[in-house]
Amino acid sequence: MEGALDLMRRMHPKHIDTSLTALMSLLPDYSSNLLSQVDQPLQVLRDMESGKEFILCDYNRDADSYRSPWSNKYHPPLEDGNLPSTELRELEIEANDVFSVYCDQYYEGGISSVYMWEDDNENYVKFIACFLIKKDGSSTGQGRRGCLQEGIWDAIHLIEVGAEEDGIAHYCLTSTVMLSLTTSDESKGEFTLSGSIRRQMNTDLSVAEGHLCNMGKMIEEMERKMRNSLDQVYFGKTREMVYTLRRPTKWCR
Amino acid sequence: MSEEDSQEPESELTEEQKTEIAKWFLLNSPSGEIQYVAKDIRSVLMDENVYNMAVSEAFPLYNKTHMISLEMPNRSGAVIVTSFGELNDNEYLDPRTAQVAKVNHIKQACTDVRPATDEELPSFYIEQFRCALDSELIKYVSEAYPKGACSVYCTNGKDAEPGSNFELTVVISAARHSPQNFCNGFWRSVWNIDFKDDTQLVELSGKIQVGAHYFEEGNVQLDANHECIDTTIFQSPEDSALSIANMIRHHETEYMASLEVSYSNLPDTTFKDLRRKLPVTRTLFPWNNTLQISLNREITKELGLGK
Repeated sequence: MEGALDLMRRMHPKHIDTSLTALMSLLPDYSSNLLSQVDQPLQVLRDMESGKEFILCDYNRDADSYRSPWSNKYHPPLEDGNLPSTELRELEIEANDVFSVYCDQYYEGGISSVYMWEDDNENYVKFIACFLIKKDGSSTGQGRRGCLQEGIWDAIHLIEVGAEEDGIAHYCLTSTVMLSLTTSDESKGEFTLSGSIRRQMNTDLSVAEGHLCNMGKMIEEMERKMRNSLDQVYFGKTREMVYTLRRPTKWCR
Repeated sequence: MSEEDSQEPESELTEEQKTEIAKWFLLNSPSGEIQYVAKDIRSVLMDENVYNMAVSEAFPLYNKTHMISLEMPNRSGAVIVTSFGELNDNEYLDPRTAQVAKVNHIKQACTDVRPATDEELPSFYIEQFRCALDSELIKYVSEAYPKGACSVYCTNGKDAEPGSNFELTVVISAARHSPQNFCNGFWRSVWNIDFKDDTQLVELSGKIQVGAHYFEEGNVQLDANHECIDTTIFQSPEDSALSIANMIRHHETEYMASLEVSYSNLPDTTFKDLRRKLPVTRTLFPWNNTLQISLNREITKELGLGK
């Protein structure tokens, strides 16, 4: 298992799916373990009722069907698919509404979905929420500046919300961002940066402002940090590496 | 129980399939990481037979694609492992020293050298062009690449005499591996140089590939590649060498500059098309006031103003 996870860290991010399938076929006994520890690129489906797209993940899946956050219906239809409680569904509806505005403001497009469910196994967890964003930033997708030949941003934010105690709840956020951006033209050739990072954040917050407000602020802060470290640290390190391989142009002229 | 039994053979991979999967991982290892990938895949396979089969097939291919450079044991410099200098499975020609290096692919080491035979080397006529270009390139590579290796091979018409066409191939390979900093990278350029005696022209076509991998608490990779072509006139060995080396220097410097531009465009242009640093409103999202947002959306929906 350790070797398998190290392989996932070394293999090219564009090969996540192939690497994972290959590892699961070599280690069938660890399949579910691998699936839970390795995030995969997000897929979308169109809600047949509202016509809006929603994101698929393990958290809105029951058997081979996926629940849409817009109509609360399973696609393809499922007789007795799992549904959140009425109370939680209300919060889920509100979260989807608000989060799609958030998504618009930061992503100038993109698809968002929020799923919530009660966790019966863990006593100290009140409920779990998963906030998902998928953005196609390519010039043929929703890239406003049209500079990307290919541009993928998949964000997965999983939040465990603890039971309230004296008006305070514990929030545990695990976020993954997977991205890939390619620019390409004849004079410069093809330039691709791709990757994935995962981070965690734990905090206790007063629930006076409501769970949605707390979760939202955490996600916004986490996305800011992750975007920053991708830009500054991760891309920066690859740039540094290129500059140590060949001296920057000002040296050679 | 019987059901499980009948499923067993179906889910079990054959040795061949396992070898193919193991080879896929090895061949797709980032620059400088195949030894680590081999260690991982060995622990995943738990089958020494399959493992040995996979490494013996994958390492030679990987070493040639990555054009790894290996120190020769007699202090005569490094040999680059490439398909251009490959004499057989584990012997590679180093044209500069006219030596043949014996390579242990799995250990990624050069174990022995011997002088090349006359048949393995180009004719005197070709060697003049090859050697002159090699000297010019050494100058350029040592200026531009802090740790670069280069080699010039005759890849066509090795026994040519004056009056006929021939082809040289230039390989520049630079790699930096710093596993303790979770960072590896490579720069490889291959320049094909066609000397056409009939048209008195020399045609260049180059392929440059650059990659970097940073994997501390994450996995981010750069892949960049570029192709270019150019032409010059057929001159004496020394003059040809000078103009070819200058063209290579020019194109690679231009390309390096364009890589710098790609990086400097990232934060404010390219990356912005994926996600903005700040919302379009330029202020943090009003999470405290989400009721308003929900209401607004409701109203828009009811009035039929939705997008």
